[in-house]
Amino acid sequence: MADAIQVQVNGEPRGLRTGTTIGDLLRELAITTERVAVELNLEILDRKDFDRRNLQEGDRVEILSFIGGGAKTIRNKGRGR
Amino acid sequence: MYDDRLVIAGREFKSRLWVGTGKYKDFAETKKAIEVSGADVVTVAVRRVNITDRSKENLLDYIDPKKYVILPNTAGCYTVEDAVRYARLARAAGVSDLVKLEVLGDEKTLFPDTAGLIEAAKILIKEGFIVLPYTNDDPIVAKKLVDIGCPAVMPLAAPIGSGLGIRNPYNLKIIMETVKVPIVVDAGVGTASDAALAMEYGADAVLMNTAIAGAQDPIAMAEAMKYAVQAGRLAYKAGRIPRKLYATASSPIEGML
Repeated sequence: MADAIQVQVNGEPRGLRTGTTIGDLLRELAITTERVAVELNLEILDRKDFDRRNLQEGDRVEILSFIGGGAKTIRNKGRGR
Repeated sequence: MYDDRLVIAGREFKSRLWVGTGKYKDFAETKKAIEVSGADVVTVAVRRVNITDRSKENLLDYIDPKKYVILPNTAGCYTVEDAVRYARLARAAGVSDLVKLEVLGDEKTLFPDTAGLIEAAKILIKEGFIVLPYTNDDPIVAKKLVDIGCPAVMPLAAPIGSGLGIRNPYNLKIIMETVKVPIVVDAGVGTASDAALAMEYGADAVLMNTAIAGAQDPIAMAEAMKYAVQAGRLAYKAGRIPRKLYATASSPIEGML
């Protein structure tokens, strides 16, 4: 891991090998690619590009998927009532 | 029941009850309630994947996207930018261009910011989204949303999660009369009669989450809502009798002694 880079994944710092792609990262995290959206530095990636996009030092990655929510999903701001 | 399908933007829907997937005890209960409700449209939110605990199950393991129309929402978005961002993420995560667009104005009421809603809808429609907007019970805003290309509008009955039922039946009726696209009454339903009433007024569908998920027995309430929506729809199609102040005898007077 001599060529390690630091990135942010869903707000958490994470060390990765140089040359790691989005696809590699998803596999490392055991995330099924068909059910997620990936945003790299605010750019939403096409699923077919996951294996082509290399991560760079300081990149911010957001991995999102569908969760339960309906007419009543309130943003969690950690605010009490 | 006779065939009475709802069509929005060329898509056909079997059920006129649409349900949310939030606030259930667990995914098993979510799945069961949705099955019992007979709904074929289910709303979902888009959120960060839990990367620290990958043991967490996925909603779509329980709600088969081949069986249900997955309708992502932009719940929790208070700005045009956030709503547009979440809609794009939902499209990237999913399989369709459908989005239930919410731009909220205020955390206490969760009322829609209708100016922001129209702005966000314009941007998304230009990008090819099928925008189903969660809006206020305002006939003018509803008409504007249709004019910019929304294939349906989703006015609220009452504030989200309030269970107050239809607060403004006259506004909803005006929307139903003036807007020539399907109307999905969204949010505020408390119990079965609220849903039936919305359908009797002429709503094309009702969307709810809390009324089912928050009931003491969500599975039983899911079933109640199924019948309420069906009964309300049938009553609307059947055409109710006019209200009169005085009695009208049901039995003939002729032949009496």
